[in-house]
Amino acid sequence: MILSTELRGKHMGFAWGQGNIFVYETLFKATGSGSPFIHEVRKDEDIYSPILRKLFNESHHIFVGLQTIREDLPSKNKKPQFVSISKNYRSVIRACMEELQQVAVSTKNAEMSVQYGNQVSILLAIELIWNLCEVLFIDAAPAGSLLLHLLDWVRLHKADVDEKARDVLQSDSPAEHRDYWDVVVSYVLQGRLDEARQMLGKKATLTPAANNIFKMMDNLLSKMPFYNPGGTQTLTEFDVKWRHWHEEVDRCLQDNSFASNQHLEVLCKILLGDEDTLLEHKDLLGTWYHFLVSRLLFCHPTVKPTELHYYAQSCMTMFLDSRSAPEPLDSILLAAFEFDIHQVIKDCSIALNNWWFVAHLTDLLDHCKLLQSHNLHFGSNLREFLLLEYASGLFTHHSLWQLAVDYFDHCLEFGRVYLELQIERVPLDTERKALKVLRICEQRQMSEQVRSICKIMAMRALRNNRLGSALSWSIRAKDAAFATLISERFLQDYCAKGTFSDLDLIDNLGPAMLLSDRLTFLGKYREFHKLYGEKRFKEAAKLLLSLMTAKIAPRSFWMTLLTDALPLLEQKEVIFSADQTYELMFCLEELTSSLNTPSSDSDKSMQEEDVELTKVELLRLALSRNLAMAIVKEGTVET
Amino acid sequence: MENINAKYVSQKISKTRWCPVSYSSLQQPEVFATGSWDNEDNKVSIWSIGNHNNSGLEDGFEGDPQILCEHKHGGDVLDLQFLDQERMVSASSTGAVTIFRYHPNTHTISVLQHWARAHSYPCDNAPCTALVCSSPEIVTVGEDGRIVVFRADQEGAVRVIGEMRTRMLPPHKESSLKLSVVFVRECRQQHNSRGDLPKDHGGFDGDRAPLHCVDRHPNQQHIVATGGQDGMLCVWDVRQGGTPISLMEAHSAEMWEVRFHPTNPDHLFTCSEDGSLLHWETASHSEMPSFLQGGRNSSVISHGALTPAGGNRPLSSAWLCGDSGKGCLETTHMLPSQTMSVNSLDIIGQCLVCGTDGEAIFVNRHVPV
Repeated sequence: MILSTELRGKHMGFAWGQGNIFVYETLFKATGSGSPFIHEVRKDEDIYSPILRKLFNESHHIFVGLQTIREDLPSKNKKPQFVSISKNYRSVIRACMEELQQVAVSTKNAEMSVQYGNQVSILLAIELIWNLCEVLFIDAAPAGSLLLHLLDWVRLHKADVDEKARDVLQSDSPAEHRDYWDVVVSYVLQGRLDEARQMLGKKATLTPAANNIFKMMDNLLSKMPFYNPGGTQTLTEFDVKWRHWHEEVDRCLQDNSFASNQHLEVLCKILLGDEDTLLEHKDLLGTWYHFLVSRLLFCHPTVKPTELHYYAQSCMTMFLDSRSAPEPLDSILLAAFEFDIHQVIKDCSIALNNWWFVAHLTDLLDHCKLLQSHNLHFGSNLREFLLLEYASGLFTHHSLWQLAVDYFDHCLEFGRVYLELQIERVPLDTERKALKVLRICEQRQMSEQVRSICKIMAMRALRNNRLGSALSWSIRAKDAAFATLISERFLQDYCAKGTFSDLDLIDNLGPAMLLSDRLTFLGKYREFHKLYGEKRFKEAAKLLLSLMTAKIAPRSFWMTLLTDALPLLEQKEVIFSADQTYELMFCLEELTSSLNTPSSDSDKSMQEEDVELTKVELLRLALSRNLAMAIVKEGTVET
Repeated sequence: MENINAKYVSQKISKTRWCPVSYSSLQQPEVFATGSWDNEDNKVSIWSIGNHNNSGLEDGFEGDPQILCEHKHGGDVLDLQFLDQERMVSASSTGAVTIFRYHPNTHTISVLQHWARAHSYPCDNAPCTALVCSSPEIVTVGEDGRIVVFRADQEGAVRVIGEMRTRMLPPHKESSLKLSVVFVRECRQQHNSRGDLPKDHGGFDGDRAPLHCVDRHPNQQHIVATGGQDGMLCVWDVRQGGTPISLMEAHSAEMWEVRFHPTNPDHLFTCSEDGSLLHWETASHSEMPSFLQGGRNSSVISHGALTPAGGNRPLSSAWLCGDSGKGCLETTHMLPSQTMSVNSLDIIGQCLVCGTDGEAIFVNRHVPV
């Protein structure tokens, strides 16, 4: 984290950032030298891990798919869908875990290796919990299949049995291997009886003298009934059959049939579900939940979901009596066995540093309609609260913020508000990113944000003297005031340089021209130039006049307009009609009378005043000449 | 859609490009490059989908892209093009243009040339938004409105065509400058000594929406397809200019890239912000009825704006067929639904690669062309 040695003994100040804290040295007294560094303390390092990023992206894809499942199907039909979605999530977790494992093994940096190792174990725990939740809550298996699912669950999370078995089998003489009996017992504890029988067969061939007891054991193992959910056998029939088998095993034990072979006797006791024997193999079981499942397998295979928590509690106590307090994982699992979903979620939120797991799990459970609306004190429900927290965390990431948008979309109550606040704070480095952010805002009709983003981009463009770009941004935002400002700049530029920049944009404004008066004027003025360039003088003249008479043109620009009219007046052909000339003269008079007021421009230099006067005189001359010619022309009768 | 897999790569992909293969060998491309964006550390990476030495891969993972090498890149990768089989050029959001060399033997990338401020404002960085290569020359375009020509082996810029006062396009249309760049390239052969831009390269009019992408028909140079902010695909005939030959509502959001298939130009591909990648096909030559073609087909609403000037439509320019109501155009979605924005695509032969904002790369090796 921070270099705490340097900062010890110094005063620290801090400021909150988005998802992080900036910490800096400060001085309460004005003496002494400070340090120019600012340290950033990040709350959540996980989102910056490149491998975990894949988890976030893939799970986002699954999340969006889940939200769009049609609501009109009855819940019964949706269960397989939810189970498959849950499996998808889990497979994503596993894929990430495997990759992390590979990197942890291959990296040379010891510290990173430890860190990866930690992440792997956290993911393992997460997947364990998720799997259990899937079995108990989503799949909601009834008695009978429940145990089978739990067996699968345990088998999935106890992989070292297979490794050991592989070692044993690959050795020269498997039956003599020191782990041989461990493997056999582990198989039996997990209910993998076929594999146990195969292993036993190897020992049996080695000791032909004890052949019959091995055969007996093999017989017992083969006859153990397993419930078949898809079959025709009902639960009661299975129960009866199982009791018969149980009694047979008991008889074998009472007869001391296996007295000659201590290992086989142990196996027999395990098959009977003897707790003490099971507890003797704590190291093979590893965890209390394995103990629980094994015990259920051999004592009570028709366990009902509601009875689970009795067994769970007692098993945990029996298994963990050496340690004082259970670990967080244990209490989470226990809460799951008690079907206390809220407790599970609460404990997970506390134990983990990232909201990813609880947010997605809660969302899935909510879709399965398993969460009662548990209203928190500020009104939103649990699912929404968790999703909002998770998404807000994502938003602080420079790249993953795009994922967060979808999460906010599916939080009905507060999602939009959160999004509005967060989206404005995304740094806009390039136009392309700004376009993407804008698209997000426009799709959700967030006009405020659209306007503010466009204004930021427009100001940036303006600062770099890119007037056309600034104008297009303000048109996109429909920001009339800003468009006016930019049009003024354009016109000022024109007055200064005599040409326009960004002609293509102005030419193609289309209906956007009506956004602001000044912009309309700019467009129309440019049209005038175009008409003039195409030598369509009459139309140009009409346009020019209308610009002044309709008061579209700002007063300050009238001089320029009149000066533009000069060449039209000077043409051989009469362009302005008499009426039009009168109007022009009127405009000129209006202009000069306002210019002659003493308040205006008293500090103008003599030269400029001269120029102004000359211009006005030229105009007057041209206007009168034109008037004369126009009157003559209009008065002439064509013969 | 069965042949497409997502590979999550922990970086948002802004550009994907196949490494060019020599046409004579008729090989399918195996190596592609990607550029990332919006990361704290952006990277240019090279991937391979060739047959690896691991045998026994399941069919589903055959062709899963494996990363060969990567190199740091300052700023977002805004454009990426291959100069030749070993060198590629990238345009950066910091205004820099860099030539990278990929060494296939050692699987490393090294920087050959780096022009740090190819495009800039007086007080800021101007992103370089697009570039076009025609070895050994590279023409780049930036948000500062200038076109700069580089040569791969020279230090400084060869020519700067900047601040075109009379033909200044608004910066949204920066990438449409690619079009003019294409023409510049052609005209340079004629005006070698002068640096003039041809004054009339088809003034395009009536585009209210900014363009984002442009591509030219590989055989018939006058046919151009463009896509823009409103997601409309327009096909233009440059000889006639003015208005597009056909306008099609392709996507519901900005279209980021449009590409003609290089060897089979009856096929066109577009990708967009709305997360879809469409494969357009003019069915002028194929007799196969549409229900036998896989994937989701959707008929296209086309507003034919102009019929070609001549009475006889040349057989091969099916794109200029203004009225597609006769069903001469088919579209297919190539990606599973609900992906995030597809930023880039590239196609050679039957292999299509595309990259998305969901930090995933999709490769399809069996595109029906």
